[in-house]
Amino acid sequence: MTVLNVNGQQHRIDVDPRTPLLYVLRNELKLNAAKFGCGLGQCGACTVLVDHEPVFSCILPISVLEGRYIRTVEGLGSEGRPGPVQSAFIEEQAAQCGYCIPGMMMRAQGLLEHNASPSDAQIRDAMAPNLCRCGTQMRILRAVRRAAKAMMADAGTMQETAK
Amino acid sequence: MVWRVLLTVVVVIGVAFGAFYAWAWNSEIPPTNAPAALFDPGIVAKGAQLAAVGDCGICHTQAGAKPYAGGFPVQTPFGTIYGTNITPDPETGIGSWSETAFRRALHEGVDRTGNHLYPAFPYDHFTHATDSDIGALYAFLMTREPVAKANRAPAVPFPLNVRLFAAGWKLLFLHKGQIPPDASKSAEWNRGEYLAESLGHCGACHTPRNVLGAEKRDAQFAGGQSEGWLAPALNAASPAPVSWTAEQVYAYLHNGFAKQHGLAAGPMQPVVRNLKKAPDADLRAIATYVASLAGSQNDAEREQKMQATLDFARSRDSKVPMPLSGAITTSTRAGAEPGRTNDDSTAPSGAVIFLGACASCHHSGGELPVSRPIELGLSTPVNAPDPAALLRIVLDGIHPSSGERGPIMPGFSGALTDPQITALVSHVRSQFSRQPAWPNIAAALTKVRQNKEPATEAP
Repeated sequence: MTVLNVNGQQHRIDVDPRTPLLYVLRNELKLNAAKFGCGLGQCGACTVLVDHEPVFSCILPISVLEGRYIRTVEGLGSEGRPGPVQSAFIEEQAAQCGYCIPGMMMRAQGLLEHNASPSDAQIRDAMAPNLCRCGTQMRILRAVRRAAKAMMADAGTMQETAK
Repeated sequence: MVWRVLLTVVVVIGVAFGAFYAWAWNSEIPPTNAPAALFDPGIVAKGAQLAAVGDCGICHTQAGAKPYAGGFPVQTPFGTIYGTNITPDPETGIGSWSETAFRRALHEGVDRTGNHLYPAFPYDHFTHATDSDIGALYAFLMTREPVAKANRAPAVPFPLNVRLFAAGWKLLFLHKGQIPPDASKSAEWNRGEYLAESLGHCGACHTPRNVLGAEKRDAQFAGGQSEGWLAPALNAASPAPVSWTAEQVYAYLHNGFAKQHGLAAGPMQPVVRNLKKAPDADLRAIATYVASLAGSQNDAEREQKMQATLDFARSRDSKVPMPLSGAITTSTRAGAEPGRTNDDSTAPSGAVIFLGACASCHHSGGELPVSRPIELGLSTPVNAPDPAALLRIVLDGIHPSSGERGPIMPGFSGALTDPQITALVSHVRSQFSRQPAWPNIAAALTKVRQNKEPATEAP
């Protein structure tokens, strides 16, 4: 039995401990945001956050994840209440086929949690592991910049409210 | 009596220092106006190839900035020295340097105005370069785009920042002069030796250094360090289980990959990128020379060692279950779970981590998947005397430089915890290498995590 904390909820999972996290997310927990692309940690479609770090869930066995904090796109917001990264991707219409987008959003979220106002070079550097074959990279970059601004504004509002 | 002895000592020291100072003193070479002479395009092209072999652009280019305009931090145990601007800008670069001044810098480590240069600039190698090669390099650099970018002062503490120390260093460690050809070897080998020992300065990373930062002459190519990476031994101490052939060294230098040995990573990546601009014949010459350093192993011996190494890994492989083929198998939990350690039921063993995180690309004993990583049993880092290189690769992965094609290995820095990485690396060593286990992987991991490499971006 492996206990996983996904988006703040504890799940008891009874599968082989070598099973990659991605299969557990999709097949056991029915969290279908993270996608299977290459299965070899080369494309980034399966990116999720573990303890605030973006990881390839297709090559991460669940046995290494007990006691750690896993987040997927489902944890960023809902259809009715999208989180700032999701809103930014919608507003910039960053998706074409959309297959890479959940991985892109998680990597962007990870970047912005470490660095609230990244430079363009830092955004490119951070997003480099995730591939998009449609060619919406410029929109994705705009979405990350927009999300950074939105999150900064939110943080500002929260500080105001706290006063 | 005491006074007389003291006086004698003072006089002797004074005379010795005076002699040293006179020896160490270099006159300024008058500035020239930007050389009006048009350089022969053939000579410039030759200079471009030599600059590629010499990797000038790596230390003389700051990440993301204009090529050859300086600013790259060269970290040494004595402080950080920044590569200087070697574009032909007359104020901040070397635009006012005559060819004589340029040659003196490479041969003697003295700048145009007569200052001693720190040996982070590898003039202990460049001193062997021929006048005509230096002339070609000069022609190449003088025809680059001039960039006005002031040099950054070295961050070297007192008293090492006194330039006269560099003169003392040279007295001990600078061995000038041409490399005498070895008549018993082929012309190709001799060409390779010349390039590797002079402009190529391979030993700057691959030879260990003494306390004064000089390469140990009695341990040439016995392996060194570069930017936190292992620069493996190229001599008989090479950790490669199967010795390199000239053909394999050539493939490695040319493509950054030799399938029997591995992938160029870390500071070797920009070296490979530069060597793409070098003539093929020169690459083959360097390969011939480098392959000869480890002594001779014939093809039969090599084949036998290769087989033994692979058989070893495969024999160990049968002790742990093969990776999943894709579908989830629900555990029946009858008896002990395969690969779990007995002492701590919640901590996954190195074998389980390997099977979940690494085996989809790296499993041995069968056809490798599309990305074709090397057999880990043949890997130099897996067989190296210390785990630093393997840890670095597990943490950061291997990535082609920006805009280049090449195999990717993802890094596991954020994905695995320190105890998990330690268990994994320990497992990889015991499964794939016949070398003894590494004694303290956890301590090495802490050190590697602290020692981040600086960003390298060369033209």
